[in-house]
Amino acid sequence: MRDVAIIGVGITKFGELWDKSFRALITEAGTKAILDAGIEGKDIDALFVGSMSPGRFIGQEHVGALVADSSGLHVMNIPTTRVENACASGGLALRQAYISVASGIHDIVVVGGVEKMTDVIGGEATDILAMAADQEWEAFFGVTFPALYAMIARRHMHEYGTTREQLAEVAVKNHDNGLLNPNAHFRRKITVDSVLNATMVADPLTVLDCSPISDGAAALVLAPLDKAKQYTDKIVKISGSGQASDSLALHGREDICTFKATVEAARQAYKQAGVEPKDIDLAEVHDCFTIAEILAIEDLGFVKKGEGGKATEEGRTRIDGDIPINPSGGLKAKGHPVGATGIAQAAEVVLQLRGEAGERQVKDAEIGLTHNIGGSGATCVVHILEVV
Amino acid sequence: MTTVPRFWREIPQRYNLIGTKCKVCGRVYFPPREVCPYCRRKSLENMEKIKLSGKGTLYSYTIIHTPPSKFEGQAPYAVGIVELEEGPRITSQIVDCELDKIKIGMKVEAVFRKIQEDGDTGAIYYGFKFKPVENESER
Amino acid sequence: MPMEEIGIVSYGAYIPMNRIKVEEIASTWGRNPENIKKGLRISEKSVPSPDEDVATISVTAARHALSRVDINPADIGAIFIGSESHPYAVKPTSTIVGEAIGATPELMAADYEFACKAGTAAIQNCIALVRAGMIKYGLAIGADTAQSAPGDALEYTASAGGAAFIIGKDNIIARINHTCSFATDTPDFWRREARKYPRHGGRFTGMPAYFKHITEAAKMLMTKMGTKPEDYDYAVFHQPNGKFPLTVAKMLGFREEQVQQGLLTPLIGNTYSGSSPLGLCSVLDVAKPGDRIIMVSYGSGAGSDAFDITVTDSMKNFQREKAPTVKQLIERKRYINYAVYAKYRDLLYWE
Repeated sequence: MRDVAIIGVGITKFGELWDKSFRALITEAGTKAILDAGIEGKDIDALFVGSMSPGRFIGQEHVGALVADSSGLHVMNIPTTRVENACASGGLALRQAYISVASGIHDIVVVGGVEKMTDVIGGEATDILAMAADQEWEAFFGVTFPALYAMIARRHMHEYGTTREQLAEVAVKNHDNGLLNPNAHFRRKITVDSVLNATMVADPLTVLDCSPISDGAAALVLAPLDKAKQYTDKIVKISGSGQASDSLALHGREDICTFKATVEAARQAYKQAGVEPKDIDLAEVHDCFTIAEILAIEDLGFVKKGEGGKATEEGRTRIDGDIPINPSGGLKAKGHPVGATGIAQAAEVVLQLRGEAGERQVKDAEIGLTHNIGGSGATCVVHILEVV
Repeated sequence: MTTVPRFWREIPQRYNLIGTKCKVCGRVYFPPREVCPYCRRKSLENMEKIKLSGKGTLYSYTIIHTPPSKFEGQAPYAVGIVELEEGPRITSQIVDCELDKIKIGMKVEAVFRKIQEDGDTGAIYYGFKFKPVENESER
Repeated sequence: MPMEEIGIVSYGAYIPMNRIKVEEIASTWGRNPENIKKGLRISEKSVPSPDEDVATISVTAARHALSRVDINPADIGAIFIGSESHPYAVKPTSTIVGEAIGATPELMAADYEFACKAGTAAIQNCIALVRAGMIKYGLAIGADTAQSAPGDALEYTASAGGAAFIIGKDNIIARINHTCSFATDTPDFWRREARKYPRHGGRFTGMPAYFKHITEAAKMLMTKMGTKPEDYDYAVFHQPNGKFPLTVAKMLGFREEQVQQGLLTPLIGNTYSGSSPLGLCSVLDVAKPGDRIIMVSYGSGAGSDAFDITVTDSMKNFQREKAPTVKQLIERKRYINYAVYAKYRDLLYWE
């Protein structure tokens, strides 16, 4: 297996982008990544794209071909593949692209993630996202995605004494980070009070505990490490990649306060990279809801189980804290165009490791981690990136 | 869109909580499984149907204020994960109680209710919900 | 020819827990609640939750009946459900109930409609099939989630509830000594096909309709059985409001005390097809062996079914406590206001 580097990143603005279509978004992100890498179209061997539900959001399947077409790469008839595992579609596309390069099948691969979510009205977006849950045994009974995470939050509060305020601190911190990210969906400060008093979605989670419905795309260019030097001096290597599964339905788990898929995917990635949680300088984790970030930092081993809320409250996960989490603003503030999220997380870590993250730069960042969840934890993809 | 056969084939489970039991290890599953995740090939042909009691305790819950489109008009309503006496956990609405009285650990039991309907003209889908156990004579 | 003893093997009731008070409805329409309470002798009525309908009420009542006896649901050979608010215009409620209690597939199933007396018609048909030897047990249910137009006088009474009776020959807790019916074409109350709310003939629903049919049916029954009002410990008459059953009792020569135990309308409203069946359940909740009961239902359009019933010794060993009594169901309640009522009863309009 070959070492693989990320040699280019591209990301669009995230948000309600009324004037941008699905194809315009992914073409913009892909083009930016290609220009950033300094490669040409003819260098590209394959395309991968992660997208959760273009079939429902824009009535379009077969988006692998659409992306090749809209970016003009179809004239070279390059192989193109769409990857789907709910909200982990992006992270999984990265892993598939990584495997294809590491295996030696392809050299230069462009991998994108995209979702155009605002072409349906709000209620329908909720229904579409709920398709990641078990349709027969969860959604059929009226359960929404926020409801599943609310049940996790309720149980976490019950078992570990996590407080409503600690959950809110996740949103406050991520909004603070979003203020520093020009591409973020939300660039406004919020307070614990405003989270607590916001419209209730699924008790105890208010609308400010939830990531927004966003449009956006992100893309990366992957190359074998030994060829990366031809294109760039700022080489970031994928040093670990892990993926794991769990029961589709939340009720299928023995303990809903731990995502075993996260624990297992992280174990694989740490082992491959030869690092431990304490070696990670920053992490972009899947904070689709505030409770999800608390679970993530516990399951990734940054803090002990049950202490995620406390660590957040103490400021340890801020950009200047000892374990900076979601300096981009996370899904909560940066936005969550679901298919794009896993790729955007890696793009943020690459920028951080290159020292190009501007105002939100984590000092002396050399090793970063991405954590992308599908559904209520049935899929998890973890990547560890390292400065070479 | 929910089609009628997709609902119809689930009637035994949804009306009467018919789960499965692995005859090899004795574990009980709901919703029913074709294969026991622990005994795998040994469990093939060894999964028997079992009617669950419908009695259990509430493991976690939430009150939904922003419902899916098919449940508009019902909000706010409670959903929870119920741990059944026989072991499996299932997701269900919690009904017939004040929303602020719901607590983790409360005893609940299954009732037969309308779950959703396919608009004003389509089929009506029935199944289980759970309600608090009020007194022993109802058990 | 001596007749085999046929009767009630078990019974079960169900009443949704929501209640709305007469005051709440009256204030919505600017009426004086005291006049209505006095005029109709009713203080509150039951309201189904949005996820309750005649199928769910019937299943719950039937499960309550089954939980009180040890019989195999597969031995139930017929299910008849009387209602004027079946969830489907075409597609039986009875098969839903059959599936939910495990009585399918060897099963005669049909839905009945005869305004408020379809439930007692279901009992009569079960008796006939058991007597004919065609089935071992029959399940007869009367249940409704009664409709009433907003602002109509019916809105104070139209409520929800139901009762289920397992009819058979073995271990009967109450013997049905005789049943007979009186029917004429008297259009006092109706709902046209595909219409949401019924219409009624106002005061025409009284003398020529309710009172005539109940008294005629009751007299037919008592003539046939050679009984007088004082021979009965309990009398249950259809109860569209709290006043009519007391008036008809007086007309027939029954005392108020005979009617009281089965008179539920003042606290739960008129459950239509569930009305006299629930009254009978309430009587069976307290009746002792040897007690004699007369029940006369009434369905607009119009007809009455009369029953002469004697409680047997088997009642001593009957496990009433395995399911809630009517009293417990009445006491299990939560009040809703008119806005919530409008939401629950689908009176709000949105697209």
